This record gives sequence, C-alpha cells and structure tokens, in this order.
Amino acid sequence: MSMKVATRQVDGVTILDLSGRITLGEGSVTLRDAVRDALAKGSRKIILNLADISYIDSSGIGEMVSAFTSVKNAGGELKLLNLTKKVHDLLQITKLYTVFDVKDDEAKAVSSFS
Amino acid sequence: MTLPSTLDSVNSVEKTAEEFAARAGFDVDTVPNIVMAVREAAINAVMHGNAHDPAKQFSVAFESTSDSLVIRIADQGPGVDPNALPDPLAPENILRGSGRGIFLIRAFMDEVHFRQLNPGTELTLIKHRSPAQPAA
Repeated sequence: MSMKVATRQVDGVTILDLSGRITLGEGSVTLRDAVRDALAKGSRKIILNLADISYIDSSGIGEMVSAFTSVKNAGGELKLLNLTKKVHDLLQITKLYTVFDVKDDEAKAVSSFS
Repeated sequence: MTLPSTLDSVNSVEKTAEEFAARAGFDVDTVPNIVMAVREAAINAVMHGNAHDPAKQFSVAFESTSDSLVIRIADQGPGVDPNALPDPLAPENILRGSGRGIFLIRAFMDEVHFRQLNPGTELTLIKHRSPAQPAA
C-alpha cells in the first residue's frame, strides 16, 4: 500500500493528510516531495495529519525528522496531528516525541502556530 | 528463503514474517513489533549489507520453537561492527534522518546477535514466548 497525500489550507496553515505507509522507498519519497512542495509554495506552517498512517518504518521516521528540520531551517514550524498508538509508541521509543509538537485536535493544532 | 537485494524482497520478507509470527501464536500486539524488527533487518541487509546490488542476495530463515521465535537474516556485504554504530538517542544524533534500524530491532526483540560470515553478516533475532503465548 503506497502513501497518498492530500493537501488543504486552514487559516493559513497547510495540512498534509497522509494515508498508507511511510516506509523506505515510495512512501518516504512522497512525504519528502509533499513537504518540499509546500515550502516551495511559501508555506511555513505545516501539519502532518497521520490519522490514516497504518505503518511507519525507520526510514519513514527519518523522513519525518528531515521534514521537521527542513521546515525549521526555512523559518517555519511543522507539527504532527492524530498519531496512532503505533506511531506514538515509535516516537516515544526513539525519544522523538518531545522533539515534535504533537496534537490530537486539528483546530487546536491550527491555532497553536506562533 | 533467498532473495535478491530489492525493496520488493523486503516487502515479501515482511509479509512472511507477519504470517509466521501469527501462525506461531504471538498475539496481535507482539506480531507488529516482530514484523517491524524483521523488516528493519531486511532493509539493513539490502541497503547496507548488499548496497542495494540486485546481483547480491540475502537470506531469511524462520524457526519456531517451544520457547521462542528465531529469525536469521544474512547478507553478502562487507560486515558491520555493531559496537561502532552511533547511538540514535544521543543528542547529536537525535535529528539525524537515518540510523534507527538496529535500535528498533533491539527495542522489539528479546535477543539480537551479530555473526560475521566473511563475507557478510548474519543477524539473529529472537523473541521469547511469554507464558500466555504457547507454541501454536
């Protein structure tokens, strides 16, 4: 199952609705391209909605970290929304849960940008 | 099973691991963790061991005993020193885009053993059965 991305704007925030698997290969590349496109279009407030992400491997985690760094280096913020238990546990184990700003409510996530 | 060093092979091994772990009687919470560990080991064999060279092969063997599930993954690469791998939890590494595979394998399996084959490396992953998970 490849990863799909749908992009929408809410109050000046770009929300990337991801579904499928963020894994080595197509999934990681799709995420990278989606974040890159958002930045190229001038977005500096980006949310990755992971509600429909069924699986993420270490490459997928690496790609999320790279996305976080890219957005930060561009002067923006990237936040995570609606983590499944599996993704939540993975970020805890890898000590990345405190690196990312993780939200479980979209409205609160949108209004949380500085 | 012996497979070429491709992403398709990694996906195939992942699927087999899921079927094998479930058939071996591990529960629905443990199976995904075993599958993840096996996938990471297969990725390492393909990407790092065999440098994504489809001419090189890697092998995977599954064994279910009364005590545990044992998975062996071997590549044909130059070998690896597991003690020299950077710690992905170290502050200087936490924002790296890679380097978490073996860490996750160790997090999800009870035992992880490296054996140098010269050439190649064999990784043995062991998941012990809990009393509630007798052999199927």
